[in-house]
Amino acid sequence: MLDFFFGHYAYWFVIILLCIGAYGILFKKNLIKKTIGLAILQISVVLYFVSIASKWDATVTVMDPDIPLDQVANYLNPLPHTLMLTAIVVGVATLGVAFTLLIAIYNRYETLDEEELIDKIQ
Amino acid sequence: MRDQFQSPIVLLGARLLSPYIMVFGWYVIIHGHYSPGGGFQGGALLAASLLLIRVAGGSKLAELQIQEFATTPLAVIGVVIYFATGLVAMAAGGYFLDYEALPIPGVEPDWLRYIGILIIEVGIGLAVMAILVMIYDNMVRGEDYA
Amino acid sequence: MKALKILILVLFAGILIYASSDLPFRGDPDNLMHAEESITGTTVKGNYFIQNAYRDTRTPNMVTVVLGDYRSIDTFGEQVVIYTAGLITLLVLRRSRRRGK
Repeated sequence: MLDFFFGHYAYWFVIILLCIGAYGILFKKNLIKKTIGLAILQISVVLYFVSIASKWDATVTVMDPDIPLDQVANYLNPLPHTLMLTAIVVGVATLGVAFTLLIAIYNRYETLDEEELIDKIQ
Repeated sequence: MRDQFQSPIVLLGARLLSPYIMVFGWYVIIHGHYSPGGGFQGGALLAASLLLIRVAGGSKLAELQIQEFATTPLAVIGVVIYFATGLVAMAAGGYFLDYEALPIPGVEPDWLRYIGILIIEVGIGLAVMAILVMIYDNMVRGEDYA
Repeated sequence: MKALKILILVLFAGILIYASSDLPFRGDPDNLMHAEESITGTTVKGNYFIQNAYRDTRTPNMVTVVLGDYRSIDTFGEQVVIYTAGLITLLVLRRSRRRGK
């Protein structure tokens, strides 16, 4: 039972973080708060990929001459780290685009509240 | 946001920290072959050092460092460095982005790959730095308009 | 309406936690993604990168090798994506400014 807990608690924290992000998207009226929820949701996915890349008793993905490369169990899996490295930077850039669109919306309608915005558009 | 920050202590701290962050950013880019690091992380650090001066010192002080119109050409240079590396390798007879075919005489193929990775890391770092600074500048512009 | 949303969110979390109990143990070296061979007998990519990264490029940092060499076209497309994001901020905000005058 304890073994099961230590094998799975990282997944539960990631799921809780994902639900916090979904809560921000679903419940908050302000568009900036919705965007923050979107960022939290994205970070939870990044944390999930990093957590499944781990191996017990393994070292980081930089080659050490003392540790042989033949036994794969000595090193972490480098592929999820690489994918998440690019995903983080794309996330920052798309967050910049999201805030740009919010600034454009605010310049035109002078509000960021969802219901007021729907009223003003119609 | 475009004016100087009111407290001189914040400005002094930002001016003290900014060059060291910039040197560390270049270290992270160049030393990315041997330690955790690379183009994306180093580019983010370089952008942090520039944005620190921009936030604390206002736009008048920031124009001494890197001007607003210079960020778009820097981003284009970063992307073009990456693309040209692949194109040169393709013109020299290999595949696109196959660093083995880079026309540098007297270097073994595995060390050619080493050099190719270093070149594209510098390109990525330049592009990421310029684009993050560009996003900040445009946001400040859009906010001023309102 | 709000109660329905809360119910959906709690149900979503419950289903995900129930499904996560079937995931492999975190950090177990015998996981399929850490194995040397997949079920169909091909080489697992992470394993290949660990064993051949230094021999191919003389670079100790495997993440850099995967980013810059094995998956370099992916990285190039990703750089184009962030460049496009920067251009979008330029076009959207500067355009609205000129229109207002």
